[in-house]
Amino acid sequence: MSFSSELLIKVLVVLATAPVMALGLTLLEVKGSAWMQRRPGPLHVGLRGFIFPLATAAKYFQKETIIPKDVDEPVFKWAPAWVIAAVVGLFTIIPLSPTLIVRDLELGVFFLLAISSISTIGVLTAGWSSANKFSLMGGLRAAGQLIAYELPLILSVVGVVIQAETMSTVGIVEKQIEFGFPFVIAGQGIAFIIFMIAATAEMMRTPFDMPIGESELTMGFMTEYSGIRFLIFYISEYINLFVMCAIASTLFLGGYHIPLLPTEWVNFYGPLVLIGKTFTLAFLLIAIRWSFPRFREDQLQTLAWKVLIPLSLLNIMVTAIMKVVF
Amino acid sequence: MSQTMDPNNMPFLSEASVSVEIETEDMTLNIGPQHPSTHGVLRLVAKVNGEKISSVEPVLGYMHRGYEKLAEVRTYPQVTTLVNRIDWVSGFANEIPFIAGAEKLMEIEVPERAQYIRLILTEMARISSHFVFNGAFPLEIGALTPIFLAMEDRERVLDLLESVTGGRFHPNFNRIGGVKPVAGAGPTTKKDIQDLPAGFYHDTKVAMEKVLKAVDTFEDLIGGNEVFQARTKKVGILTKEVAEEYGVSGPILRASGVEFDLRKQSDYLPYDKFDFEIPIGENGDCFDRWSVRTSEMRESAKIILQAIEDMPSGPIQAKVPKVIKVPKGQTYVRAENPKGEMGYYIISEGGLGPYRLKIRTASFSNISILPIMLEGALLPDLIAIMGSLDFVLGDVDR
Amino acid sequence: MQKFKPRIPGFLIGLKIVIGNMFKTLLPFFENPNVNYPFEKEVLAPRTRGVIALDSEACTSCMLCARSCPDWCIYIEGHKELQPPSKPGGRQRSRAVLDRFDIDYALCMYCGICVEVCPFDALFWSPEYEYSEFSMGDMLHDKDRLDEWLKTVPESPGLES
Repeated sequence: MSFSSELLIKVLVVLATAPVMALGLTLLEVKGSAWMQRRPGPLHVGLRGFIFPLATAAKYFQKETIIPKDVDEPVFKWAPAWVIAAVVGLFTIIPLSPTLIVRDLELGVFFLLAISSISTIGVLTAGWSSANKFSLMGGLRAAGQLIAYELPLILSVVGVVIQAETMSTVGIVEKQIEFGFPFVIAGQGIAFIIFMIAATAEMMRTPFDMPIGESELTMGFMTEYSGIRFLIFYISEYINLFVMCAIASTLFLGGYHIPLLPTEWVNFYGPLVLIGKTFTLAFLLIAIRWSFPRFREDQLQTLAWKVLIPLSLLNIMVTAIMKVVF
Repeated sequence: MSQTMDPNNMPFLSEASVSVEIETEDMTLNIGPQHPSTHGVLRLVAKVNGEKISSVEPVLGYMHRGYEKLAEVRTYPQVTTLVNRIDWVSGFANEIPFIAGAEKLMEIEVPERAQYIRLILTEMARISSHFVFNGAFPLEIGALTPIFLAMEDRERVLDLLESVTGGRFHPNFNRIGGVKPVAGAGPTTKKDIQDLPAGFYHDTKVAMEKVLKAVDTFEDLIGGNEVFQARTKKVGILTKEVAEEYGVSGPILRASGVEFDLRKQSDYLPYDKFDFEIPIGENGDCFDRWSVRTSEMRESAKIILQAIEDMPSGPIQAKVPKVIKVPKGQTYVRAENPKGEMGYYIISEGGLGPYRLKIRTASFSNISILPIMLEGALLPDLIAIMGSLDFVLGDVDR
Repeated sequence: MQKFKPRIPGFLIGLKIVIGNMFKTLLPFFENPNVNYPFEKEVLAPRTRGVIALDSEACTSCMLCARSCPDWCIYIEGHKELQPPSKPGGRQRSRAVLDRFDIDYALCMYCGICVEVCPFDALFWSPEYEYSEFSMGDMLHDKDRLDEWLKTVPESPGLES
């Protein structure tokens, strides 16, 4: 097959899989959170409630899109596009197996961190262009939070890159296979924790959901959106959850590899292993969401600038010293 | 720009000062009557500077129902029915000071069994109200799970209230002279005594065990959580002097360090026969208010368990005439409601109903400290402080 | 100087409670506090104030309930009928006949004062609660409908010793 037709097929597969994964995570969130609160969750939608994500998506398709009178129309209408472009673009470098990847770029990790910053623009413009004081406050809080937490995200990944000596994601997984241990045990444990905290903040989930802050701002920067645009914001949050957990399992937990299984069959069990590890991490983040209150934004910023960044710099220093000495 | 640059007289760059203040006005944010966090229809006109609040002005009255006027044209049993609905979360406790005031004017002695039943039901109302607090306060701070756990255990307490009185929130069980004696006035309903139903003692013991376990769960899940402590400790500090000046009462006063509880100071119900402590806070911040209320739940459960053991027997209403006319006089009785101190000032001219009834509610005086506490606070702190004050708009506006 | 005592951070205990709850909901041998409403109904206490039932044979339209209602939601109309005397040559007796007895449940406060003051055992409480309507006018229950509720009035429970 020629290069461009192969790429086209891969892109289409990504565009088809991303919403499916998001809907699966929505199901995990809705049913899982219901079970954690001693209630059954949605039951009557169909099949004991497991059709709920499809019903939600269908519901938003048939809702009326209301645009308030005073909004800045082009900015308001295109804000969701930034967010979903950023998160779907991240699928490009997730390796389901050594060959099942959209494009195994040499600078995989760098690409990841660059693309994930685009969603900040979408959030900020959504908050600012809605003619609503509460949305404005949500958007401004979001800007501060997202920019602050980009740094721990990047710096914690740098430690992995130093240890693996390559930025390509397939290369990082191969290096972990070579070591015999995933990086979370082989020296990057603190970086894993910092990455998970920063990823939670980037996705604006509790305990970092000040921009959304439901009981104060009733949906924050997303308040004035309805219909399909709101569906895009909603789905992109879950796609973001999937992608961040997939990246974390690739960089720190060993990706598509499981010991003891023969490597010739990796094209078959690789995707399943990766998706299993992703859903486990996502479950952990969901459990954290439903048991923590939310931080105030000055406490959020203190955590980022005074705790996470120094720790991740320390991690880089230690990793670099170990790499040079041994 | 606070510095103008004169082209002929430019200072050297190293001498130019770089402090440029941009003059902005504070934004007026209307935390309007409809908002997920104000416990009802409270409007706060807040002037915010970024996230800091410079001043806040509460606008009340969106829920004024005119209780004091309604009471002027109704008889005593009818007013008892209405008064349940002032603080609708803890229904039973609102009737007690009103009935106690009427009994004081008529100089009737309430039989002991009736007093014990009133005490048990009041403490259950207190537990129910504090469950709502423990569910709604973390919800505003962001923890979304405790509300479900709180409501589940609260259902067991409300089931008990329903089995005795017939209603969960509005029991309408107090009568002048005691509690409701019989179901009606006809030949068969006169024999249907409305005493504690069969199985009450067993069900109460089971429910109180659940309450005690729930209090332990809340102390672990909510109080032990570091994020909750970071959001509520040192936030909204109310000192002893300010609290006493502004007339706050109830758990808020006790969290600021003042040892004052009408259950120990006054004798409208036989609290002196039971052994319980009053939790007192130290700093007067939101965390202390939460912790005082949660400990109060434990003390109330202990009181109920003790009361069940020594319940005296006897009639449940004193002998009163069929048509009750309260003699002329004025009286004021106050009681310790779950939200604070509630009092009724009754002026009676000898008629079938009160001539004038003045209701002093706890939440109205409690929210008078909002402008003081909120000055200089951040917007999320406003939500935390309002949640920790635990007021209900029916109580504020009557 | 205090000795450093490592303690389990509070949020881990909180996580344990939350995930423990999830297992409690999924495993079948913990009690399930949920009632799947339209298909299962809760068993209510016999004294629950759900709806008021009327025994129209016993009512003498004395108007005591209508007078004592705080909301004035009971509407009664009656007339007097003359009946033959009990002994021949005696005075004709009059009997009150009930024409109309409506309770407007859109106004009713469910306080129970009417049930309490009726001297002829004509009003009873019943724990039925599923009578909501789409229009406010249908919430006015007339004599026949109130008679139907009489079948649902439970026996009074025994008392605690």
